[in-house]
Amino acid sequence: MASAVMNVTAMVLDWMSVAFDAPLARAVVFGVHIDGHLVIEVLLIAVILFQLTRKSYKPPKKPLTEKEIDELCEEWAPESLHPPITEEMLAQPPTLESAAGPHSIIDGREVVNFASANYLGLVGNGKIIDSCITSVEKYGVGSCGPRSFYGTIDVHLDCETKIAKFLGTPDSVLYSYGISTIFSVIPAFCKKGDIIVADEGVHWGVQNGLHLSRSTVVYFKHNDMASLESTLDKMTCGNKRAEKIRRYIVVEAVYQNSGQIAPLDEIVRLKEKYRFRLVLDESHSFGVLGKSGRGLAEYCGVPIEKIDIITAGMGNALATDGGFCTGSVRVVDHQRLSSSGYVFSASLPPYLASAAITAVDYLEENPSVLEALRSNIALLQKGLADVPGLIITSHPLSPIVFLKLKKSTGSAKTDLQLLDTIADRVLKEDSVFVVTLKRSTLDKCHLPVGIRLFVSAGHSESDLLKASESLKRVAASVLAELL
Amino acid sequence: MVRLPYLTALTTLFSYGLLFAFGQLRDFFRKLIDWTKSKDLKGYAPICLGLEDFYTRRLYLRIQDCFGRPIASAPDAWFDVVERYSNDNNKTLHRTSNTTKCLNLGSYNYLGFAAADEYCTPHVIESLRKYSPGTCSVRVDGGTTKLHTELEELVARFVGKPAAILFGMGYVTNSAIIPALIGKGGLIISDSLNHNSIVNGARGSGATVRVFQHNNPSHLEEVLREQIAEGQPRTHRPWKKIIVIVEGIYSMEGELCKLPEIIAVCKKYKAYTYLDEAHSIGAVGKSGRGVCELLGVDPADVDIMMGTFTKSFGSCGGYIAASKEIIQYLKYTCPAHLYATSMSPPAVQQVISAIKIILGEDGSNRGAQKLARIRENSNFFRSELQKMGFEVLGDNDSPVMPIMLYNPAKIPAFSRECLRQNVAVVTVAFPATPLLLARARICISASHSREDLIKGLEVISKVGDLVGIKYFPAEPPKYEQDRKKLE
Repeated sequence: MASAVMNVTAMVLDWMSVAFDAPLARAVVFGVHIDGHLVIEVLLIAVILFQLTRKSYKPPKKPLTEKEIDELCEEWAPESLHPPITEEMLAQPPTLESAAGPHSIIDGREVVNFASANYLGLVGNGKIIDSCITSVEKYGVGSCGPRSFYGTIDVHLDCETKIAKFLGTPDSVLYSYGISTIFSVIPAFCKKGDIIVADEGVHWGVQNGLHLSRSTVVYFKHNDMASLESTLDKMTCGNKRAEKIRRYIVVEAVYQNSGQIAPLDEIVRLKEKYRFRLVLDESHSFGVLGKSGRGLAEYCGVPIEKIDIITAGMGNALATDGGFCTGSVRVVDHQRLSSSGYVFSASLPPYLASAAITAVDYLEENPSVLEALRSNIALLQKGLADVPGLIITSHPLSPIVFLKLKKSTGSAKTDLQLLDTIADRVLKEDSVFVVTLKRSTLDKCHLPVGIRLFVSAGHSESDLLKASESLKRVAASVLAELL
Repeated sequence: MVRLPYLTALTTLFSYGLLFAFGQLRDFFRKLIDWTKSKDLKGYAPICLGLEDFYTRRLYLRIQDCFGRPIASAPDAWFDVVERYSNDNNKTLHRTSNTTKCLNLGSYNYLGFAAADEYCTPHVIESLRKYSPGTCSVRVDGGTTKLHTELEELVARFVGKPAAILFGMGYVTNSAIIPALIGKGGLIISDSLNHNSIVNGARGSGATVRVFQHNNPSHLEEVLREQIAEGQPRTHRPWKKIIVIVEGIYSMEGELCKLPEIIAVCKKYKAYTYLDEAHSIGAVGKSGRGVCELLGVDPADVDIMMGTFTKSFGSCGGYIAASKEIIQYLKYTCPAHLYATSMSPPAVQQVISAIKIILGEDGSNRGAQKLARIRENSNFFRSELQKMGFEVLGDNDSPVMPIMLYNPAKIPAFSRECLRQNVAVVTVAFPATPLLLARARICISASHSREDLIKGLEVISKVGDLVGIKYFPAEPPKYEQDRKKLE
């Protein structure tokens, strides 16, 4: 069997070599001697070229037909616009029936109001109301246009000059709403590629501004200077391109979420060491801190030129609405064209601008109101020092007195429920109006929730005493199981 | 739609090119001169790198006196414009104490509530005395007064929805509501010419944003089909929800949105609709209820209706009207409700009085008169301008009418010449409009009388001839036509 195959193979090979040794094969073409193996090589090359010209096999792409798209659209079912409504979503806040001064009327009863940030007691001030009435009679209520299209009224320009003179800066910009100030200022200066170092306890307005700016944002531990220094170090070491990238530190003077006060002199020292610019939100410290109410810079003894950008909402100490931003001439001029909340929105109603001017006048003429505020804060702090189950976490000089649970139940939700019960009972039984810190689902801050009391210069000693007594009593009964 | 003739496009591009070249030349010389001076930035990066504010420094500053003109009286039909002067070629402007009385064709005063009103102002003063200009508190804490609850019910009734929620500023309404309604995994489809507040709100929400061609329901349908079939980018999972955002009247075009067709498309594909009626609430519609009434759309078909009180009601602030559950959810979680100072009580009272006048509940028919007058005024003004040969955009019944200017040199020419003849107009250029399509925008008010409008038309016609913006042939006046027929 094997020998037969061998014989056949040998015969075929002989026949092939005879065929290749045929006279045609011995031709000389172009000086190349045509030999047997040359023909096979040419054939192989021809086969290789043929395969290369074949297209590679890809599975065919079939776009969706109209009918298939119709089916997909039919079966797609969207979620509802709102999640299912729970019990806590139905809670209604109490409705005021009078001005939000130190004493207000809720449900026909007079209550002591610790829920409005009326630090200088200017709600209900006669002079302010008179200037507003003149303004309404002259200019109407609204300003009917953005600043660039005949919405600039002379009271706006007067207000800007007044605030700038009060603080000692060259110029200022007026915004039409407190919260939109900070989230328009930050994207106007910080663009993609810039570095921002912010405190983790900043409020939602600042967080939204940071998100809209599309810069790289790094948070440091709340009011912790060592954490700030190490973060600044980490962001700048090895980065020699300081000339091109802009760098900012964003902090609040008095934090709404905890009542702490930022140590400005430390921050300025760090900022100069690492070459960062400082953005300071003074909503709750303008008109409160400092010998004459000029804010955190005066309180810490820092010259105002060292802070690059100061923003503040006027809805707190000045008892009006709106906000302002101030800094060097370059900072202010830049905002007039590139700050979206300034350019694309109607300007502040003129009567609120005149109210702001009158309020700053009042503050300049009566610095004693700050003394009254400071003594009230001290009294309240002393009175609330030994509330069972709650502990004060705010700075001794902060006008927001912040109480949190000594021992948290473990979840923010149950904490909030307990605190809400305390606040409700304090209002119903003792007519003292305090509020808890409610957090939105969009808020990224994780600091503990608590009860906030906004102290005003208009509160009397008996008001403060009443509040402390009432809180002690109700907290003792509500938190009895926890203690 | 804007039809841009070729010659105009060429000349406009040439003008911008010339301005750009001059600007670059000046920048070059500035850099040379500054080389010798020391830089005192001390290692900080500059606030604005060279090219970022090129447009501001070299183009905008030349015509800065046409923008931001201060006024010294209420923005009514006639107002006092403060004169300004400049010593350094428009880089800084200084106020004087002189004022000129001008006809106001630029403020958003559609129903004439801008100045002190005989019914509204006494109520506003009363509320000032009772509630003070500010509440210093957020709505959830101690900022809700009886006025706020009254206005929320009144707005809901006026607009035709079950419930409403108020905010202190229109811009914040959009920026804070859209993130609360939709987040990552959702899709927002917005009109290409939507306002900056909507763009910011959409960006802040984290959802994917797609744009459809302005006012084009068939393109919207295409985009919807494509997006639903494809799903989320990269993972191709189905979208969680889709919201389509449109505006009632587009403020730079003056045209109404094609609401019935867009609602039909959204219903077919189960997308939610969000209607921003900033310019149309109170100004259009037989009883002032906005675009829905004008175009015959049932308010129940639009999921969320948003509006502002700045334009037609002479106050400030914004609202959202939707179903009871959505409003309850928003009151629980919307950041503008939880963290922002509540609306000033006198401003709330102004809106309450204005809505009562519009509905006729104050006992007179001033509301109906105002609505009829603004419709008459807008239609009269628009038809006269078109007869004169100007290129005017916008639909009938809309009180906003842009007049096309195109060329950058015509912007300051038109604005300054009109001011010299005591008519105050608003001119808009890049970046609020596309680069080649600069325009002057007229806003008509119900407080303009027929004589005011005729004076305005005369001045605009004269200035239009001087500046050369009558791009269409004018219709000859009627007696000339009759004479030609006789000959």
